[in-house]
Amino acid sequence: MANDNTATISITVRFFARLREQLATESLSLSLPSASRVSDLIDTLAAKGDQWSELKGSAQVMIAVNQTMARASHPLVDGDEVALFPPVTGG
Amino acid sequence: METAAPTPRTDIRIQQADFDTGEQCRQLRAAGQGETGAISTFTGLVRAHGDRNDVRALFLEHYPGMTEQVIEGLVETARQRWQIQHVCVIHRVGELALGEQIVFVGVASAHRSDAFKACEFLMDALKTDAPFWKKEIATDGSAQWVEQKASDREQADRWNRQNPA
Repeated sequence: MANDNTATISITVRFFARLREQLATESLSLSLPSASRVSDLIDTLAAKGDQWSELKGSAQVMIAVNQTMARASHPLVDGDEVALFPPVTGG
Repeated sequence: METAAPTPRTDIRIQQADFDTGEQCRQLRAAGQGETGAISTFTGLVRAHGDRNDVRALFLEHYPGMTEQVIEGLVETARQRWQIQHVCVIHRVGELALGEQIVFVGVASAHRSDAFKACEFLMDALKTDAPFWKKEIATDGSAQWVEQKASDREQADRWNRQNPA
């Protein structure tokens, strides 16, 4: 039976602009241990290797959680939408 | 009984289609119902000289939902700082050729100073905060994502220095 240590949360991750092209991915779903933070999500993605490893430790990766800008220390809950993207260049 | 001033309206549109600046000004003027004394507008265009000198077109991508939310927040900040009435922000997405309109910001106010300042603030803040990304398409067909400029960040930061929270 699931308890707090084994429960997982399901997160949708979206990528935009240069990151979307480099990773050849618009969005994906990820299961993470509960009480994970955005930094854990980035570590998990970076572990896929190749171009994914560039997500880690890059100041060029901005983070939004549920469409609001967030820091890597932001805690995640089940159903969150996390977006990773380069610094914005509109206007 | 005195007539109440019109309720300030915020009109935010993200669209592929072009827009008519004259029509936007007419709408801002009509919405003023005699209370508006000034309308300040800004229109941004696609130009040939960006990160490279042979830009043929721009491709603009955005984060639907978050974009509108961020701009609404910026307009709210502007409303707290200046006496402004109706505000219209239009930003186009997709491929835009040289000379085409990209962005429109229109601000109505009783007085010109508030209209000028709020319009410039919204434009500066939009460039650093709203999730849009530009890709430059060159005459030879190659394409490259535009890098965020330190000068744009400094321009936006000015508003924090001028009026610390």
